[in-house]
Amino acid sequence: MTWQAWFEQSVPQRGAPGLSALTVSQAQWRQAAGDLAGAGARLLAIWASRPEQAVATVRAAFLTLHGGLVLSLPLAETQAPYPGLEDLFPAASRMQRAVADLCGLRSTDPDSRPWLRHAAWQADYWPLLDPASGPIAVEPGPDPYPFVRVEGEGVHEIAVGPVHAGTIEPGHFRFSVVGEKVLRLEERLGYVHKGIERRFTDFALPEGHRLAARVSGDSAVAFSWAYCQALEGMSEVKIPARAVWLRALALELERVSNHLGDLGSLGNDAGFAFGLAQFSRLKEYVLRATQEAFGARYLMDFIVPGGTQGDLSESAAQALRICVNRVVDEALTLRGIYDEHEGVRDRFNGAGAVSPELAARLGLIGLAGRASGQAFDLRVDLACEPYGELAPRKSGRTEGDVGARVAVRFDELQESCMLILRIIAVMPPGTHLTDVGTPAEGTLGIGLIEGWRGPVMMALEAGAAGAIRRCHPHDPSWQNWPAVEHAIIGNIVPDFPLINKSFNLAYSGHDL
Amino acid sequence: MLKTLRQIISIGIVTEPPPAADDSLRLRETLQANIRSVLGRALCIRHVDAGSCNGCELEIHALNNPIYNLEGLGIRFVASPRHADMLLVTGPVSRNMEVALRRTYAATPDPKIVVALGECGCTGGIFGESYASCGRVSNVIPVDIAIPGCPPSPTRILQGILTVLARHNSAPHDLSSREPSRD
Repeated sequence: MTWQAWFEQSVPQRGAPGLSALTVSQAQWRQAAGDLAGAGARLLAIWASRPEQAVATVRAAFLTLHGGLVLSLPLAETQAPYPGLEDLFPAASRMQRAVADLCGLRSTDPDSRPWLRHAAWQADYWPLLDPASGPIAVEPGPDPYPFVRVEGEGVHEIAVGPVHAGTIEPGHFRFSVVGEKVLRLEERLGYVHKGIERRFTDFALPEGHRLAARVSGDSAVAFSWAYCQALEGMSEVKIPARAVWLRALALELERVSNHLGDLGSLGNDAGFAFGLAQFSRLKEYVLRATQEAFGARYLMDFIVPGGTQGDLSESAAQALRICVNRVVDEALTLRGIYDEHEGVRDRFNGAGAVSPELAARLGLIGLAGRASGQAFDLRVDLACEPYGELAPRKSGRTEGDVGARVAVRFDELQESCMLILRIIAVMPPGTHLTDVGTPAEGTLGIGLIEGWRGPVMMALEAGAAGAIRRCHPHDPSWQNWPAVEHAIIGNIVPDFPLINKSFNLAYSGHDL
Repeated sequence: MLKTLRQIISIGIVTEPPPAADDSLRLRETLQANIRSVLGRALCIRHVDAGSCNGCELEIHALNNPIYNLEGLGIRFVASPRHADMLLVTGPVSRNMEVALRRTYAATPDPKIVVALGECGCTGGIFGESYASCGRVSNVIPVDIAIPGCPPSPTRILQGILTVLARHNSAPHDLSSREPSRD
């Protein structure tokens, strides 16, 4: 079959625009995934639900330029493994391992090492089985993990983390090196797993956005918008026009402040502390303008089901305009300084390269993908309101190195500032909040928002009487972490912080 | 090079005066006098993310921007607990980080101070206690100062840190003498 045929059989999926859903058999599961892989689709997420009273279901979401497809595979038999997709989409492997850890549903993936489960709970406890299997019987203790060993003369290992040397989230990196050169890097994540997916089931549908915003603090707007988009889609509610524009304003402010922070840190990691001082100052101005406009530096609770918590006053709009214009001007000057600085150029160019071919094979997405020739941006490809009307310009590079990821950030910073100015100028007046009803039990909604890092997905299932039966947040870091393992190969250990920062992937958003 | 210098000169010094200490953030009194006599004004902080969403980390980063200019106050972040006087701990403590946090605490020389940062560090926050979360920091290691907020602003964090160095019920006059902002 062709990939189009799968779309033809599918039905519209509630939530984000351009999504379709299809329930498949075990044989079709791999066949559809294979056809989609052959057509260059990207894997967005794999997750599972295992409610007590209903059939366990594994789901996979894919993105193509023509829309997204969500495959559901009901499992009549939960003991037998379901077919894995890791040979078609390398990023599937860790997602399947996480499904096994949390739901007790195994795939045929030969890599059956635990991923999110460390030594804190035992192997036969599955937190997302409803009600969860058994009590926790272990005290956290030694946590052996079979890293892949590299053998040969002069090869040794460097173990880093989980507590890192700077203000960074925790994770473990195992380098196999000869001299300073990295032969292999293996990541081990899951340290900040705090049970978010299970925690969601303690919330009612109209309150889950608060937890969604705290999945990854730097992407609070993207996650809370995706959550609300899923919920509003489930209830078939159309939110007021002004709310849509306010949300886009918040999302672009989030992108601007994260890009400013990263551009500063990247300069610093390249030995150019001037960059950190300048960009962190600009970021502070943006956060203060955000505080003035919406009452908080980070918009954790700004996006709520049915619209937004607050509105933008005329005076706050004016202050934002002044701030953004200043950022545009100064960022342009600073970009010139970065471009002309011999030392910075030397560190940025060629470091941590991921070729477009490798990026396509690994399914790299989001900002890092766009720096490696993967020109996908949900704001353009599957635009939700108001992005159709805003029509942002897609940024892209093909070098795939640190320099390219810096360049994409500079381009997007400039573009997002322009979007903010345009949003403020054309935002329609009116109310910014409406009622969201209670969706029927069992309804599935999927939210999909291009956060600053890449596509953020929220899969939300309604329980009885407005409860959350299941909520799966998905950060693009799942796809991009494996690419960091490739990007470092052949580089020297001291370049790792710079390369890692150039991706700046989420730990909390990944570990959940 | 000229462009860089021109930028530095045209921006000038943007550092603002630090906030006053706030005794209401203190959880316990142990060690305070001792710490002050050992440290004087200098303080080395080791940050530990024990399960945070990364929101608090963003505001910790902001402390090092030229506007809050933490290092200008003699306070700096260090790369190892062995060099630290203070542990600044964020997040509900995930069970997967519990051992690492205990080890980091043990590796920090005495006398030491622990600051729990953010709503989650203070109370467990929105994540609470679960199969994967130990809840607040004081459930795992002793905490001296707790700074709530989601995330707390850099001013609030600075206030908490300065409270450690301040004498009781008084502003850190020796610190606030820094020149006011010229921006």
